[in-house]
Amino acid sequence: MHIVVCIKQVPDSAQIRVHPVTNTIMRQGVPAIVNPYDLFSLEEALRLKDKFGGRVTVLCMGPPQAEEALRKCISFGADDAVLVTDRAFAGADTLATSYALAAGVRQIASEQAVDIVFTGKQTIDGDTAQVGPGIAKRMGLQLLTYVSRIIETDLENRTITVERRAEGGVQVLKTALPCLITMLENTNEMRFAALPAMIHAAAYPVRKWNKEQAGIEDFGKIGLKGSPTVVSKVFGPTPRTEKVEMLELETSTLRDVSLNLIQKIFTRHPTLEADLLTKEMT
Amino acid sequence: MSQAPAAAPTARPTAGRGRNLELSEELKAYKGVWVFIEHDRGHVHSVSWELVGEARKLADQLGCPVSAILLGGEDEGLEKFAAEAFTFGADKAYLMKDPVLKGYRNEPFTKGMTDLVNKYKPEILLLGATSQGRDLAGSVATTLLTGLTADCTELRIDPVSKALAATRPTFGGSLYCTIMTLAYRPQMATVRPRVMEMPRADASRTGEITYDALGMVETQIVTKLLDFIADANSNKINLPYADIIVSGGKGLKTPENFKLVFELARVLGAEVGATRPCVQAGWVEADRQVGQTGKTVRPKLYIAAGISGAVQHRVGCEASDVIVAINTDINAPIFEFAHYGIVGNAMQVLPALTQGFAAHLALRTRQAA
Ligand SMILES: Cc1cc2nc3c(=O)[nH]c(=O)nc-3n(C[C@H](O)[C@H](O)[C@H](O)COP(=O)(O)OP(=O)(O)OC[C@H]3O[C@@H](n4cnc5c(N)ncnc54)[C@H](O)[C@@H]3O)c2cc1C
Repeated sequence: MHIVVCIKQVPDSAQIRVHPVTNTIMRQGVPAIVNPYDLFSLEEALRLKDKFGGRVTVLCMGPPQAEEALRKCISFGADDAVLVTDRAFAGADTLATSYALAAGVRQIASEQAVDIVFTGKQTIDGDTAQVGPGIAKRMGLQLLTYVSRIIETDLENRTITVERRAEGGVQVLKTALPCLITMLENTNEMRFAALPAMIHAAAYPVRKWNKEQAGIEDFGKIGLKGSPTVVSKVFGPTPRTEKVEMLELETSTLRDVSLNLIQKIFTRHPTLEADLLTKEMT
Repeated sequence: MSQAPAAAPTARPTAGRGRNLELSEELKAYKGVWVFIEHDRGHVHSVSWELVGEARKLADQLGCPVSAILLGGEDEGLEKFAAEAFTFGADKAYLMKDPVLKGYRNEPFTKGMTDLVNKYKPEILLLGATSQGRDLAGSVATTLLTGLTADCTELRIDPVSKALAATRPTFGGSLYCTIMTLAYRPQMATVRPRVMEMPRADASRTGEITYDALGMVETQIVTKLLDFIADANSNKINLPYADIIVSGGKGLKTPENFKLVFELARVLGAEVGATRPCVQAGWVEADRQVGQTGKTVRPKLYIAAGISGAVQHRVGCEASDVIVAINTDINAPIFEFAHYGIVGNAMQVLPALTQGFAAHLALRTRQAA
């Protein structure tokens, strides 16, 4: 079984600061990590490999330093890593990203046929959840998003059965390989990287492909040029004009503060009290 | 990349660089605002009505109709849903009924949607940012090779270009960007449940229904829907539509203390929410998480106890009418967006509020009697 997992290197958004004047992201000192959602997909790929044997190849489109993210995946147990990197990819939106990644997957598949492509559910910086579906459509693969569990993989008949999270329940879907899967978060836990694996990963020769090597056919479809969306404005959250009203505990008892607060809440939002009272009555 | 301003300088207007930003004559013919009406097992997702309301505002500015798009099985009551869409502001409905469209599957829905777009040429297409809407939106946009902006918090018509200006948070809410699709049609966007207001229904409104055929048979479709396992009703948590939410954070320190949140919620008939670390620690179910990677909520009252107010939490709850924050740290970011604040120990304030509300409501009920 050959599995390709698409990953992205992202800044740890919990540690991101925005420059108050220029409204730009201050990246200095912000650690770059593997997009956390991708790890649920990578772990699921590794489990399939544990069960059926075969290979896991990780693929990333990004700047040269994204090599580190791929190395991290090698330390977890991926067999091979490919970084598709070229200045021409800069500024790609999800449509252009899916074009470049689909080309990369095809190129990898030309070396060894691919059974499953995994991507993360979404990234923590872009948050769009569009790249997985995009790659699937570009490649004509069956798409299974928000997968919460792989129930059965039947390599002989080349089918896979999964549970997929939907509103109000889960769908049980069965499809044919090859397909593209995005795993839901918290569906598994990434294994630990053992020390020998970390040493192996540190020295691993990550393959770097420029746009020609990645098999891109139409340079007009990658990067900014291939992106239909145009970012017209970037700005910080509007600061609230209304200031918080603080209720002092020091000068008053807890009980008085609570009753005072309740009074204020209901004065500000009269229908709230009415709703509650009708609920009480019924 | 993917709709996050990549490096700082590229975030500025991106003129030139060989990009085509002009709309072709052929694409200028695209007119109208469409909303994909999401339904499953006899139930329309409220986000679809929220979007019809938003579509109405956009269409009024453009002087064009709003259309509801309904795909489903023969027996799924699509006409009834269309009639409801009219009451919320739609002028037309495009219906596609086929046995293979019963229960959402990517392949037939993508084909149905792209066929309809290619035939009727809408200018704007809106979908809910749900597991169904996002799955479909990404597939349709790629098939149509057009722009798609995810999880928008504001939709406007740009006065100059008349293009859809879609604003969305990025980097977890630290920044917002406004995104336009200038040279491609339709312009697509997804919006999360509860980000837009629910429109008022006008029972006198009606509209026109058009039927189209999908032209697919079951044997052509590779993915089979074997079963749907509904969530157990007993623990159905519906945070996005709750009127009152009492949320707890890591400041509560232990799962035992978190019970104080449940007690206040019980008195108020409220839902219980939580921050991500509480979910990760296993104190409460994942469905209770409010925020960027959890639910967007807009209750009338949001009580936040022991919550710092990190931006990833803030984006999920700041649309609440009244926000009350209880935190020991006067410098906690939550006080930057709360309406009322108490600097104090949540373990003492929560029980006091529980008693206070109970006493107040009992008193009022007596007065009313
Ligand atoms: C990609 C990503 C996505 C995320 N998505 C979400 C999300 O969807 N939702 C979310 O909530 N978070 C999310 N987070 C996490 C977020 O950044 C914060 O870490 C989190 O919201 C903090 O939770 P907290 O306020 O409960 O805990 P803490 O940050 O630990 O804050 C606890 C607060 O409690 C106060 N406190 C302590 N003791 C008491 C007491 N006795 N009484 C009252 N107050 C007390 C403290 O002063 C402090 O302000 C995300 C992070 C990342 C990186």
